[in-house]
Amino acid sequence: MTNDQLKEKITAIEPEAVFSENKQYLTLSIPKEKLFAFAEKLKGSEALKFDFLFNITGVDRQKSLEVVYHLDSSVYRHVLVVKTETTDRENPRIDSVCSIWHTAEFHEREVFELFGIKFNNHPDLRRLLLEDDHVGYPFRKDYVDDNIVQR
Amino acid sequence: MKFDEFRDNDSLELFKKPGGNILLTTIDDIIDWGRSNSIWPLTFATSCCGIEMMATGASRHDFARFGIEVYRASPRQADVIVVAGTIVRKMAPVLKRLYDQMSEPKYVIAMGACAVSGGPFYYNSYSVVRGVEEVIPVDVYIPGCPPRPEALLYGVMQLQRKIKLETMSDPRTADTQRPKKEIDPETDFNNYQFGIR
Repeated sequence: MTNDQLKEKITAIEPEAVFSENKQYLTLSIPKEKLFAFAEKLKGSEALKFDFLFNITGVDRQKSLEVVYHLDSSVYRHVLVVKTETTDRENPRIDSVCSIWHTAEFHEREVFELFGIKFNNHPDLRRLLLEDDHVGYPFRKDYVDDNIVQR
Repeated sequence: MKFDEFRDNDSLELFKKPGGNILLTTIDDIIDWGRSNSIWPLTFATSCCGIEMMATGASRHDFARFGIEVYRASPRQADVIVVAGTIVRKMAPVLKRLYDQMSEPKYVIAMGACAVSGGPFYYNSYSVVRGVEEVIPVDVYIPGCPPRPEALLYGVMQLQRKIKLETMSDPRTADTQRPKKEIDPETDFNNYQFGIR
C-alpha cells in the first residue's frame, strides 16, 4: 500500500489526524486525548493491522513535549509515524499504549526517565537505565547538572 | 623508582631494587618473577575495548605468551582488572565492589580513552565517569579508542615490569614513588561522589 492509500484509510478512521510532510514514512499528529482510541483502531482495523510498535521517542520542543510512535504492520509491511504532544511541562501526562502493544512498556519507561513524561495506566512506571537517585530529566533542553562539563 | 625512568623500558629491566639483604632480595626476585608471569585478568568489559581485549586473548595476538593466561570470572581469583570500556555512574559502584573483592596483590589497567579520561564522553555527558581513576587507583593507562591489541600487550608488559620492582618490605614500590597529582578543589570538577585518589 502506498502512503497516499494509507492516508485515505486513516482519514476515514480518524478525521482529526493532521498529516505532515515526510518523504519516507507517513506522519500524522493527533491530540493526546484521542491517542489511545486511535491506537486501538490502528491495531484492530482489518485493513491496517498495525501490530508492531517498533519505537517510541520523546522530543523536547521547548514549548511542548512530544512523543513519537513508529508503527509497522507485519502483514502489510507498511509503516506509520504517530505524534502526540502535551504543553504541560510540569506534569506532562499521556495515555499509555501498553495494553495495545506490550513492547511499549519498556519504551515508555525510557521516555519517562529521560523526559519526565508520565504515562497513564502504565503497569510499572519506574526508571529503566539511570541510577535510582538521579535528579532531573537529562534529555530535556533545560536540564542542568553540576557534573556536566560544557563545551 | 623515579617516574621519568619509567618511560625507558631498558632501564626498568636493569633497575636495582632499594636495600635489603641477599636472602630477601632473592626471595623477592622469585616472588616477582612468579607474580609477573601469571597475571590473571578479570573477565570485565563494558564496551568496544572489550572486543579488542578478547582479540588480544585469542590466538592471533595471544595474551598467554606473557602469562596473562586465563580470564577469571570471579574477582576473588583475579590479579588484574582491565577496565575495558566506558564506566557510567551507575556502573561505578559495581566496579568499586569488584575491585574491593579482588585479593591482594591487585592491579588495574585503564584501557582506552573512556577508562583513561572519559574520552569522547568527557563533555556534555550526564552519565559517564571521567576516567576510572575517579573510582579505583590505576597502575597502567593505555590510550586509544579502542587501543590495538599490540597496545594492550605493551600495557600488560609495562605492568609486568612494574610488578618486577616490588619488594617484600615495600610491596608497591613503583606506586609509592610516583608523584601524586595535586588536586585543586576549585578547578577539579571531576572530584565528585567517589573520593578515591
